[in-house]
Amino acid sequence: MSVLEIRDLHVSVDTEQGAKQILRGVDLTINQGETHAIMGPNGSGKSTLAYAIAGHPKYHVTSGSILLDGEEMTTATVDARARAGLFLAMQYPVEIPGVTVTNFLRTAKTAIDGSAPPIRTWVKDVRTSMEALRMDRAFAERNVNEGFSGGEKKRNEILQLELLKPKFAVLDETDSGLDVDALKIVSEGVNRAKTNTGLGVLLITHYNRILKYIQPDFVHVFVAGRIVEQGGPELAVRLENEGYDRFLADIPAAADAASLVE
Amino acid sequence: MSAVPSNITATEKVVPAASEAAGIAVPAVDPGGQTPTGGHRGTPMGSKSHTDGAWSERPVQTRSERYTSADVADFDEPSGHEVDWKLTPIKLVSDLISGELDGSVLESALTVAEPVDGFTLSWVSRTDERIASAGLPEDKASANAWSQFEKALAIDVTGEEPTSEYIVRRSGLGSAPRAAHTVITAAANSRGVVILENTGDARISENVEIVVKEGAHLTVVTVQEWNDGASHLASHFAQVGRDATLRHIVVSLGGSIVRVNPSIHLSSPGSATEAYGLYFADAGQHLEQRVYIDHEAENSRSRVKYKGALQGEGAHSVWVGDVLIRQSADGTDSYEENRNLVLSEGTRADSIPNLEIETGNILGAGHASSTGRFDDEQLFYLQSRGISEEEARRLVVRGFLAEIIQQIGAPAVEERLSRAVEAELTLTPGSVSAFTPDAAPDAAPTPAPEETA
Repeated sequence: MSVLEIRDLHVSVDTEQGAKQILRGVDLTINQGETHAIMGPNGSGKSTLAYAIAGHPKYHVTSGSILLDGEEMTTATVDARARAGLFLAMQYPVEIPGVTVTNFLRTAKTAIDGSAPPIRTWVKDVRTSMEALRMDRAFAERNVNEGFSGGEKKRNEILQLELLKPKFAVLDETDSGLDVDALKIVSEGVNRAKTNTGLGVLLITHYNRILKYIQPDFVHVFVAGRIVEQGGPELAVRLENEGYDRFLADIPAAADAASLVE
Repeated sequence: MSAVPSNITATEKVVPAASEAAGIAVPAVDPGGQTPTGGHRGTPMGSKSHTDGAWSERPVQTRSERYTSADVADFDEPSGHEVDWKLTPIKLVSDLISGELDGSVLESALTVAEPVDGFTLSWVSRTDERIASAGLPEDKASANAWSQFEKALAIDVTGEEPTSEYIVRRSGLGSAPRAAHTVITAAANSRGVVILENTGDARISENVEIVVKEGAHLTVVTVQEWNDGASHLASHFAQVGRDATLRHIVVSLGGSIVRVNPSIHLSSPGSATEAYGLYFADAGQHLEQRVYIDHEAENSRSRVKYKGALQGEGAHSVWVGDVLIRQSADGTDSYEENRNLVLSEGTRADSIPNLEIETGNILGAGHASSTGRFDDEQLFYLQSRGISEEEARRLVVRGFLAEIIQQIGAPAVEERLSRAVEAELTLTPGSVSAFTPDAAPDAAPTPAPEETA
C-alpha cells in the first residue's frame, strides 16, 4: 500500500523582494485510496503546498520531507516525481503551442511507463476517457490548452489524471471556474480514478461545493502556512457556515500573511 | 490624407546578463506638415544623411523612397552603416556584394525531383520578357548578381491542381562566387507549389522573381540547408495580380551567412500574400531576412509570420519587416509578426518591424515582435507529466517552429523539415539544457500595438 508523507515541511518562494517563507511546518499523511481536503483562506499557502509537492522551481523546501513510499521527493526532479507517481492538476494549466493533445499524452504516458503504450489499447483508452469527460474528439488534435476554455482546461487535466494513473494526485482548486455540470463531470473523473487505481487525493479548495461530489475522508484547515485543525467531512460544513475568522483570530501572523501572499 | 509614418523597433540582444528591450518610437509630426527632406538612396548618392547618426534626427525610413536599379554601378559600396546593411557582416560577403561573379549556367548543380504536369523549366536569355517582370534590385548585392548572370532559370506554372508540387534542387555550386537569376511565373488562374531546395557548398548572390498573374494561387518555398561554410545573398521580388495569392515561405537552417530578402508587391486589387519564415541559427551562423510588403492596390491583404530559434555562441538572426500601405491601398488588411526563441547564451536576435501607413482607410495594420527564452511554466507543466527536461525543451521548440512548417502544404517536405529541425536541436547536445532556469525570463511577447492611421 502506497503512502505519501509530508513531514514538518517548510517552503519559501522567490519573490521580487527575495525569498519569502510560506509553509511553516506542514505535517500530513495520505494513504492510498484516501481523499484529504485542504481548505483555507486566500494566501494561506495551499497552492504553495501543491507546487512544492510537484517540485516547481520557484518554490524552495527549506526544511522537512515529502516521502512517497519512504522515498524522498524534495530532492528529486519534477519529472522524476511524476514518474514516481505524483500528479498535480493545475489551477492554471499552461498552453503549449504546436504540441497536440495526442502527442503530449503519448509522450507523457511513454515517459511515465518507461515504454510506449501499445497503440491499439492506448487509442481506445484515450477515446474512452475523453468520452467520459464529454470532450469532443477534435480535442485530441488541438494544441495543449491553446484556446481551451477554463472548463476544457480542467477536463484536460483530469483526462491526464485518468490516463497517467498516478498513485497520488494533488488537485489545486480544480473546482474554480467550473459550472455545476462541468464540476460533476470532473468529479466523476476523479472518482473513477479512485475506483480504478486506488488513487490518493489531496484536494485543495476554497469551498465545500466540490466536496459534495468528491467525498473527503479528512478535512484539514490551512492557515498561515500550516494545518491548524483536522476533522472529518463535517468540518467542511462548519467552515462553510462559520468561515475562517475563528482561525485567523488565533494566529496574529495569519491576517498579515493572508494579505501578502497570492 | 497626410502621411502618418510609424517606425517601431524592437531589437534585442541576449547576453549573459539577459537584457530585453523593446522601444517604440513614433516620430513627432512636423509642424509644417511636411516630411523632412534629405534623401535616402538615390539623390544624391552616398548622402551622409542616413547613417546611424541621422536616424535620431530623422527616424522615418520611407521604404517607398528607396532607389532601385539593375545596374551595380548605381549603388555605392556599402560601408556597413546603411540601414539595410548595418546588421550584416558585409566584410565576409564583399565579393558577393560588389566583386566579380560567375554568372554562367551550372547545369550539373540543378536537379528536378521529377517532371510534373503544369510546370515547365527552361533557361532563358537576359532579354527574355520575363526578366524584370517582378521588380528591380534595391541593394548592391542584388544589382551585382543582376548585372552578371548569363541566363535565367524560368519556371512556368500553368497547372490547376493546388497541391501539385514542383521541387527544384540545387547542390554543389562550389565555393567560387556566383550569380544566379530565377523567374517563376504563375499563369492566370493557375495553382501550384514550387519548392527550391538548396544544399551543399555555395557562394552566391541571386535574384528570384515571382509573378503571380490574375486569379492564380502560388506557393513558393525556398529552403536553405547549405553546408556550414556557404554564403547566400538572395533578393526575391514578387508581383501579385488581381485576386491572386502568393504564399511565400523561407526556411533557413544551414549556411554561414544567409540573407534572403523577399519584396512582395500587392500591385492589383484583391491581391494577397502570406509570407512565412523559419530559421534556426547555430553557433556562428548569421541568418537574415528582410521582408517588404508593398500594399499598392485596394483591398490587398498580407500576413507575415517569421519564427526563429537561436542556439550557440555567436548565433545571430535578423528579421526586418517593412510594411508600406500606400495612399492608393484603401481597404488594406495587414499584420506582421516575428517570434524568436533563444535556447542558449551568446546569441543575438534583431527583430525590427516597420510600418508605414499613407492612408487611413484600411481594415487593419498591426505588428508584433518578441524574443525570449524558454517559458519555465511550459517546461514545468511538461515535466510534471513525467517528461524529462531535455525532451520537454525539444517538444517546446518543435511546437514553436511547427506552426511555420505546417504552412508549407507539401507533406513530404514538411516531414523532412521537421526532422531537420529536430537534428538542429540535437546538434549541440547539452547546450540546450545548460541554461539555469532561474536566469531565464519568460518569453514575454512584446505587446503588439495595433496601428491604424
